Amino acid sequence: MSVLIYVELDNGSIKKTSLEAVAYGARVAEQLGEKATVLAVGKAETAELEKAGSYGAVNVLHAADEKLSHENGLAYADALVQAAQQEGSKVIILSKSGLGDAMAARAAAKLKAGVVSGVTALPDTNGAFKVTRSIFTGKAFATAEIKSDVKILVVKKNAIEIDESQLTGTAATVKSFSPQLRDSDFKATVQNVEKADSELSLTEAEIIVSGGRGMKGPEHWQPLLDLAKALGAATGCSKPVSDLDWRPHHEHIGQTGIKVAPSLYIACGISGAIQHLAGVNGSKCIVVINKDPEAPFFKAADYGIVGDVFEVLPKLTEAAKKLK
Amino acid sequence: MKILVCITNVPDTTAKITFTDNDTKLNKNGVQYIIGPYDDYALARGVELKEQSGGTLTVLHVGEADADPQIRKALAIGADDAIRVNADPLDSYFVATQIAHIASQNNYDLILMGRESIDYNSGVVHGLVGEMLGIPSYSPVMKLDIDGGTATISREIDGGKEILKAPLPLVLGCQEPISEWKIPNMRGIMTARTKPLNVTEPVSVETMTVPEKYSLPAPKGACKMIPAGEAEMLIRLLQTEAKVL
Ligand SMILES: Cc1cc2nc3c(=O)[nH]c(=O)nc-3n(C[C@H](O)[C@H](O)[C@H](O)COP(=O)(O)OP(=O)(O)OC[C@H]3O[C@@H](n4cnc5c(N)ncnc54)[C@H](O)[C@@H]3O)c2cc1C
Repeated sequence: MSVLIYVELDNGSIKKTSLEAVAYGARVAEQLGEKATVLAVGKAETAELEKAGSYGAVNVLHAADEKLSHENGLAYADALVQAAQQEGSKVIILSKSGLGDAMAARAAAKLKAGVVSGVTALPDTNGAFKVTRSIFTGKAFATAEIKSDVKILVVKKNAIEIDESQLTGTAATVKSFSPQLRDSDFKATVQNVEKADSELSLTEAEIIVSGGRGMKGPEHWQPLLDLAKALGAATGCSKPVSDLDWRPHHEHIGQTGIKVAPSLYIACGISGAIQHLAGVNGSKCIVVINKDPEAPFFKAADYGIVGDVFEVLPKLTEAAKKLK
Repeated sequence: MKILVCITNVPDTTAKITFTDNDTKLNKNGVQYIIGPYDDYALARGVELKEQSGGTLTVLHVGEADADPQIRKALAIGADDAIRVNADPLDSYFVATQIAHIASQNNYDLILMGRESIDYNSGVVHGLVGEMLGIPSYSPVMKLDIDGGTATISREIDGGKEILKAPLPLVLGCQEPISEWKIPNMRGIMTARTKPLNVTEPVSVETMTVPEKYSLPAPKGACKMIPAGEAEMLIRLLQTEAKVL
């Protein structure tokens, strides 16, 4: 038996959040006295998949059918269920994302499994199987026991600390895996995919520099982009900024936007309304730059600067360029 | 076209969250309840599509009677009738089973709901319902047009968007900017009172998860303020003190 972990691929590379899920799954496997097996769907080099071994996986099942090269949650969920059945997996782990949730849900219905999404810590497997997850968009946690035979956990970023120095060089054994594909999963036709390839993904980013209405307009975004570049950061924004089309919608962070959990979140000219905070409260360190000392964001911040973004940002960029 | 819109009943986004009964129950005291914000988007687009196609729109909620004001609001916004499955919704699996049961008896062309509820943030109900009914599910949908029996969907994917054409029936998890939230007008509020709100009992479901307790995050330490004139200092502190650079 093994704990099965699904890893998401991005242009043939295992996503960082998925490597975290592998480390998480390997720890659960250790708790249960089982081994950790990974499932990857889509195009990837064997050497890349072997990397999952450093994070604790023993085997990687690789489904590389040409039909699966386009991300298809329905077919991917079928592959996940078939892999779980082949491996006799009673615990299935995915990382929290649109795809992760979609696959977890479809697989849960197929396997009659309890599914818990937004898991923030390792399960308590002493006797009963209990998991804790984030609820109310980070405002609280809930612990529940999963009763079903098969259990599906969708883990949030930072659910466990990974000690990079503990990573081994052991390669996982990659085996090819050919799930039965159903025509019904391919009824939709993809008309178009617009993806900014060069951009760092917000959900994967370790550092995010984000701007609000205080940035005054799209033509004033350059100082923010400069700091992001100097720090190797992704860029985000508040809701009014994307509503006003100053920045693309997929940069919108918050309750109704993307939820992020970087190591460092730098908010520039964002007031810190509760709905924005709801999307960033998983960040390890929050920096707020706002000219209003009463801005609510300072209450949630670790470091704050009361000042004009257009004066502060260039100074930070200069200092960041000198980093090494 | 027959449309089903599923709505949740959740604390307002600004609600302060606390617990009672030894941290086993949410403290509802002083908390204002609203239709889930994502569900509100689904409802708004559902009403527009119904108006275009001349079909029907039923709104469905799995929950207890305290949600009736929110259901009436959905009727005032434009739903024709409502169903409430009378149960304390224990987990996503339970809710999805109830929705799938109602849907299997009524042959809806389109089942819309929010991408996630803002209380449990699970984002799995649409997928569960889709699989239980054996039809495709897609989320988060940001644009939706229906032409005959085909939906054109624009949905968010990691770092971008994807446009799909898919035959009905479908289950879709919605988010902005699929439509603008609708505010009920006086006429809507008056007619909502006479629209049917049918209450049914739940079908039995195997227990998948049992809630045990709730907790709150540790309180945040004080924010360290850095003078704007010495902004560079921040970068050094982030490297040496916070160790995030
Ligand atoms: C149901 C619901 C869901 C929502 N979901 C989201 C969400 O997901 N994400 C989100 O962000 N919002 C969301 N909102 C909106 C949210 O309530 C706020 O309106 C929004 O976050 C405010 O954005 P902002 O801080 O950019 O703008 P503002 O509130 O206008 O704040 C701008 C800030 O910039 C500062 N400023 C101005 N000029 C300068 C300068 N030169 N230098 C430094 N600082 C300056 C000001 O002091 C101010 O604090 C939601 C609202 C509702 C009701």
